[in-house]
Amino acid sequence: MADQLVIEAAGLRKHYGQVEALRGLDLRVPAGSICGFLGRNGAGKTTALKVLLGMARPTSGEARLFGLPAQDEGASVEIRRRTGFVSDEKDLYDYMTVAEMIRFTAPFFPRWSADLEARYLRRFELPPDRRVKALSRGMRTKLALLLALCRGAELLVLDEPTSGLDPAMTEEVLQALVAHAAGEEMTVFFSSHQIAEVEQIADRVVIIDRGRAVISGALDDLKESFRRVQLVFDRDAPDATFRAAGVARVRRKGRVLSVLSSAGAQDIVNEAHGLNPLSVEVAPVTLKEIFLETVAVED
Amino acid sequence: MLFRTNPSSGVPIYLQLMEQVKHGIETGALRPGDQLPGIRPLAEELVINPNTVAKAYRELEHEGVIELRHGAGAFVSAARGRKVTDNLRAGQTIVASAVEKLRARGVTDEEIRRLFEAELAGLRTTGGHRG
Repeated sequence: MADQLVIEAAGLRKHYGQVEALRGLDLRVPAGSICGFLGRNGAGKTTALKVLLGMARPTSGEARLFGLPAQDEGASVEIRRRTGFVSDEKDLYDYMTVAEMIRFTAPFFPRWSADLEARYLRRFELPPDRRVKALSRGMRTKLALLLALCRGAELLVLDEPTSGLDPAMTEEVLQALVAHAAGEEMTVFFSSHQIAEVEQIADRVVIIDRGRAVISGALDDLKESFRRVQLVFDRDAPDATFRAAGVARVRRKGRVLSVLSSAGAQDIVNEAHGLNPLSVEVAPVTLKEIFLETVAVED
Repeated sequence: MLFRTNPSSGVPIYLQLMEQVKHGIETGALRPGDQLPGIRPLAEELVINPNTVAKAYRELEHEGVIELRHGAGAFVSAARGRKVTDNLRAGQTIVASAVEKLRARGVTDEEIRRLFEAELAGLRTTGGHRG
């Protein structure tokens, strides 16, 4: 079970006319993980989610959820039955009340949990008689989340679940996700451009940039393998190239040479000694730095 | 025992938790036989991934710092050798005095942290032929 992949995609491409939204995206999300899907606006996050859920057809490549092909009509029904999806637009009916929205949704899902429904109504302090139209943005998010959590889904897919929420509301949503993941056997895949919230609750992270995954793996492994080595010289920093594996970026500025590595610092430190620097410093790298170093700047 | 994690740090959260448990034991805030919070309540309290707490506990068990008793939870080990504790205590004194001297020279905490990291990384690569 631990190594089972809930989401598996290989070489996903999606063209909208001349625009290439996905350009060979690979994804592997193991069961039981909370995976953050990070990328800048327009990086292809929403398109990727739509392809995974069978709501958009890839130009080429293949996606599987629970081992089922996402492009197959029949399998797609099965996939959506086992998946809770909260879209960015929070698809709700404005004219219904909170209670009506719940009573409308529940019958579609045989594994709907009345216990969870009662718990999340209380926890989220959702007013049952209020019309959806009159709900605040945060309340809408919570209602959409309730509808996704109570259906007994094995996979929860969330498109920017906390966008537009204040910090307190964001924390509440994250807390609900963590609590739910701890209680039920569930995998969470959520897109975000908030690095801080991904770092907080995710154990895996995928960074997408211009339709391709540039970073993918366990967050702990990333933090343990990325290092910044800073060399200071008594002269202008030499224009050195490093043979060490994992050198992601070398920057020279005056007497300082800064090397970003995705494979630890040891080999680089070793090589650096040959350059006779005044000092060698090694620092851990935050996810924010990894993100900024790996996604392309405007071009 | 109060746990506090900083997700935005470059240090993995599970390592932060491990360090805090060890520090708690060294300072006496946690004693042999004390029970640690359950994985789920701690994950919910800190709003972090339950897998992260589980990983920290697993690693601590692997190092013999805690024992995981099936169904009962996590407990601070009694088996931790005296020598280890003595070594750590001695080490703490050495580190404390080094840090104090560096601070006295005006080196910032962040710089001190980087110096330690660099030294450790450097030792690991050159340690073989050092002495």
